[in-house]
Amino acid sequence: MDRPDALSRLQTAGQYALELEAVSRHFGALVALADINLAVKAGERRAVLGSNGAGKTTLFNAVTGDFPVTTGRIRFFGEDITELPAQERIRRGLRRTYQISLLFENLTVRQNLYVACRGVSPRRFSLRRPSPSDPATHMAELLAQATHLSDDLDRLVGTLSHGQQRQLEIGMALAGAPRFFLFDEPAAGLSPSERADLIDILGALPAHIGFIIIEHDMDVALRVSQGVSMMHNGRIFKEGTPAEIENDPEVQALYLGGAHD
Amino acid sequence: MIAGVVKTISGVRPAWWVALVLLILFPFPANDFFTVQIGAYSMILGLIGLSLMILAGYGGMVSLAQLTAAGLAAYVVAIFGVNSNDVLGFGWSWWIVAPLAIAVGTLFSALVGLIAVRTSGIYMIMITLAIAVSVFFFARQNYEVFNGFTGYAGITAPHIAGVDMRAPLPFYYLSLIGAVFFLAVTAFVEGSPFGLALQATRDNPRRVAALGYSVTAIRVFAFALAGVVAATAGVLLVILNGRVSPGTIGVDVAIDILVIAVVGGLRHPVGPFLGALAFVLLENFAIDLIDRERFNTVIGAAFLLVIFFSPDGLLGLWQKLSDRIKPIQTPTKSEH
Ligand SMILES: Nc1ncnc2c1ncn2[C@@H]1O[C@H](COP(=O)(O)OP(=O)(O)O)[C@@H](O)[C@H]1O
Ligand SMILES: [Mg+2]
Repeated sequence: MDRPDALSRLQTAGQYALELEAVSRHFGALVALADINLAVKAGERRAVLGSNGAGKTTLFNAVTGDFPVTTGRIRFFGEDITELPAQERIRRGLRRTYQISLLFENLTVRQNLYVACRGVSPRRFSLRRPSPSDPATHMAELLAQATHLSDDLDRLVGTLSHGQQRQLEIGMALAGAPRFFLFDEPAAGLSPSERADLIDILGALPAHIGFIIIEHDMDVALRVSQGVSMMHNGRIFKEGTPAEIENDPEVQALYLGGAHD
Repeated sequence: MIAGVVKTISGVRPAWWVALVLLILFPFPANDFFTVQIGAYSMILGLIGLSLMILAGYGGMVSLAQLTAAGLAAYVVAIFGVNSNDVLGFGWSWWIVAPLAIAVGTLFSALVGLIAVRTSGIYMIMITLAIAVSVFFFARQNYEVFNGFTGYAGITAPHIAGVDMRAPLPFYYLSLIGAVFFLAVTAFVEGSPFGLALQATRDNPRRVAALGYSVTAIRVFAFALAGVVAATAGVLLVILNGRVSPGTIGVDVAIDILVIAVVGGLRHPVGPFLGALAFVLLENFAIDLIDRERFNTVIGAAFLLVIFFSPDGLLGLWQKLSDRIKPIQTPTKSEH
C-alpha cells in the first residue's frame, strides 16, 4: 500500500467496477444480447463462458462502446457511460483486447505500444517527435517487458508470430492507468507453452485491477478467475464459483459436454 | 523542440544533402524553361501530390479534393490581391493575402475532412470527387466571387526586398524552399505521436478508438495539415501563372494529382515529387513525339506500367534497383 494511488484504491474497494442493467443488443431480428444484468466488483476477476455465438464478444463491444446498445444502461465505477463514445470510456480506465488481434501491422512493436501509451495521455496530438525523456517511450518499453516482447521492440508487428501478437494485444491494453480489463479469448490459438506465458502475464497484473475474461479453455479460465458467468443465446443463465459451474448438470449438458455449436 | 530539430537534421542521410545541393545548383546550367516550367512546376505539383500522400500514405484516405484546396487558395490571392479583371481585387498586401489564402485552403480541406472521414475507401473517393466537381461548377457559374468561366488574370506577383518573385530564379528558390520545408516537416511529423496515431488509423481504426483516441479528430486534423500543404502550393501556382480559372481546379487535373502521387509512391513523402517530375517531363516532351490528344493515353500507359511493375510507384522501383545493387544493405526482414 505504498503506491500513491493507494488512497483511490481504498475508495474504490468494494465498489462495482462494472454494472450492466437490462442491456440488450439486436442485429436486425437477431437478439445477440437479451436483458443482461451483470455486476463485477473492482478487483474481481470473472470468466465468461459460452458456446460460439453466445454473445460474449457482443457483450464486450457493448461495454467498450464499439457499438451502441439497443436498450439498457452501463455504469463504470458508478458513472453512467452508456452514451459515451469508445475513446471516452477508454480514457476513464476501461481496457480491452480483441478476439482477433487488432494491431498496427505496418508499425513496430515499440510504435504500437507508444501509440497505446499516448492515446490515454493528454497532448495526444503533439507534432513533435518523442524525446528520450518522454514518459510514454519508457512506458512502452515497460509494457514490452511485461508482455515478454522486449527482444522484439523494433520488429514490424506484421512479422510477429501469432502468439506474440496475442501478447502485444494485452500489452496495448495495459497502457496508461487501467482500472478494469476485458480480455476476449486471449489464449485463442496459443501453444501450451504460450498459454503458460499468458497465465503468467495475467497473474502478474496488480491485484486491485479486476477483469472479465472470455475463454474457451477451461484450464486457463478457471485458473485466473474467482467467478464464472455462463452465457447462452444472448443471456447469462448461471453464475457461480468455478467449482460450482464445473459440477452444474445444466452447464455440463450445454457446454462442458462438448456441445460446441 | 530546437534540440529535436537539430537531432533530426543531423540524422538526415548524406544522399539527401547531395540532392539538395544539386537542386540549389540546378538553375545555373538550366535555362529559364527548365528552371521554371520543369523544376519549379514539378515542385508545385509535387506539393499538391504530397498533400494527397499525407492523407493516403499515412491515413489510408484518398481525397480528390486536395487540388481544390490549392485552387481556392489561388482564388483568394486573386480576390484579395491585385487582378486585372475589374472584379473584386482589393489590392491587399501580400503579407496578408498569402496567409489568408493558406488559411482558407486549410479550412476548406479540414471541412472536406469533416464531411468525408466518416466514410472510407471508394465512398471517400466519391464524396471528395463530388465536392471537387461541385466547387468546379460553382466557380464556373458564380460571377460575383469567382468571376465565372473567365476566372482571374493579371494577378501581380509579390516583390520581396524589391525582387520580383515571378522572375525565374527567385521563383525557383521560393518553390524549392516550399517543397523542402514541407518535405522535411512531413518526415518529421511522421514519427510524432500524431503521425504514428494517423498511421495507426490506417492500419486499424477500431483499435485506435479503443486506445482512447478520437479517430474522427485524427483524420480531420490530417486533412487540415494536408490543406496547409495544398494551399501553399496554390499560392505558388498563382504567383507562377498570374491567373486562376475553373480550369485550374478541373477534375482532369485532380486525377493528374492522383496519378502523380500514386506513380511517385505513397510510402515516402518524396514520392509525389518524383511522380510530379516524371509527369511534367512527359507532359512537356511526349508532345514532341506524339500529338496532344494522345497525351492522356501516354500518361495512362505510364501509370499502368509503373503500377504493374511496382505497386509502390517510382519510389518502389528505385528501392528495388538499389537493393539489387547493394544486396548487403537490404533491410533486415530475413531475421526469422
Ligand atoms: N456486427 C454484427 N452484425 C451482425 N451480427 C453480429 C455482429 N456481431 C455479432 N453478431 C452476431 O451476434 C451473435 C453473437 O456473436 P458474438 O458475440 O461474436 O458471439 P461469441 O463471442 O459468444 O462467440 C452471433 O450470432 C453473431 O453472428
Ligand atoms: Mg467471440
